[in-house]
Amino acid sequence: MRDFEYLAPSTLVEALQLLSQAAGQARLLAGGTDLLVRMKDGTVNPGQIIDLRQVAELRGIREEGGMIWIGAMTRHSEVASSPLIQAKAPLFSEACRLIGSWQIRNLGTLAGNLVNASPAADSVPPLFTLDAEVILANHRGERTVPVALFAEGPGRTCLGKDELLTSIRFQPLPETAVSFFLRAGQRRALAISKTSLAFTGILDDRHSTWKEVRIALGAVAPTVIRAHRAETYLVGKPLSRKALEEAAAIVSEEAKPIADVRSTIEYRRLVTGNLLIQGLWPLMKED
Amino acid sequence: MLGSMEVDSQRQVDSSRQVDSSRQVDSSRQVDSSRQVDSSRQVDSSRQRATVTLRVNGRERRLLLPARTTLLEALRENLGLTGTKEGCGKGECGACTVLLDGRPVNSCLMLVSQAENHEILTIEGLSSQENLDPLQDAFIAHGAVQCGYCIPGTLMTAKALLLINPHPSREQIQEAIAGNLCRCTGYEKIIEAIQSVASR
Repeated sequence: MRDFEYLAPSTLVEALQLLSQAAGQARLLAGGTDLLVRMKDGTVNPGQIIDLRQVAELRGIREEGGMIWIGAMTRHSEVASSPLIQAKAPLFSEACRLIGSWQIRNLGTLAGNLVNASPAADSVPPLFTLDAEVILANHRGERTVPVALFAEGPGRTCLGKDELLTSIRFQPLPETAVSFFLRAGQRRALAISKTSLAFTGILDDRHSTWKEVRIALGAVAPTVIRAHRAETYLVGKPLSRKALEEAAAIVSEEAKPIADVRSTIEYRRLVTGNLLIQGLWPLMKED
Repeated sequence: MLGSMEVDSQRQVDSSRQVDSSRQVDSSRQVDSSRQVDSSRQVDSSRQRATVTLRVNGRERRLLLPARTTLLEALRENLGLTGTKEGCGKGECGACTVLLDGRPVNSCLMLVSQAENHEILTIEGLSSQENLDPLQDAFIAHGAVQCGYCIPGTLMTAKALLLINPHPSREQIQEAIAGNLCRCTGYEKIIEAIQSVASR
């Protein structure tokens, strides 16, 4: 690792000031589980590191004004074990519990997972189905961006050079919502997902047809994507195996994966649809 | 890789003695020696160094280090605590696991400054002067150690698990140690050893 200037601001104002003065020479340090790997192998050599660990405004999980607010520096293990998230967005805590290993989850942060902009980031598909917003700030002010518009491609986001991601917020799921996050990887721990699927759905009052459905897919496109056609198909459909299998086939079509070291196009397509079946099968009532 | 492992195993032989002596004597020397290195640099390099106060195994240690130093490097190279190992250096193998306020972390993925104001527990702090930790005894009794390289990290993760959950299920043990790779034992005896302590 090359030498760098190390700065550890203790307030958000100070951090944003340093970032604006750095003129693109600084890298923000959140959990470090990706950045340090890249600095060690020499692919990233920042002149300055701005370590955000002491900025209290960037930590915490709370409910305010009917919304769930999570500070960007909150660690995956904190999301996974938060009773509030377990109750109000269980698929999000499930996803955070699957990231990396216990050691990685104790270091890695939501900000890092989002800003890295990997299409395979496991915390992101649940945020898509929760219609989450991310809040970005620079020294002049802040703006709110839908999470679906934050990543623009692998490793690319809409963050300006002087901006940092401060927090994430979303509406809690109703108690009756059906939701899950599933993924396929080489092994359960420490595997980058070959494909992943997040689902949130609300049934009608008689619990027989889908009223609202959101499906997000990870690792099968340059960014996480919504499976809009499968969502539209399912709305109004009963809890039937036939409708589910049709929806899964649409999901497979909507997935636009590449072949790489982790998997093939065919496998990713098929299994992405199968994840929908796996998650919803126990609810199905009729053929 | 092999070369560095060989060096490590030799160090391991007398690591306990080294640790003890370094604990007694050398914290002032450490600061001095790193100052000497740094004095040869340009004037504006001062912010590339960090004065860090670490609380390791209950003792406070003050170090002046290049900011790029990882926690693992500081433990091994500056504090002589060579029980913590480097495997992959990328957070995938868990050999470098130490506890930060009781939570397992990869010390190879932390800058030393990130560990400030936290309690660090390494394998050297797991046992008291005379007695091994019950987990260490159990690993020996169950033959859960072969080459030994992953064991300090695995023990620290197991310790963290039992701290928050004294009676974990087999599945909870498997999930907890999923970030500690062992290429020798096949994990079975490691899991049995942890289970034997958990069922007490």
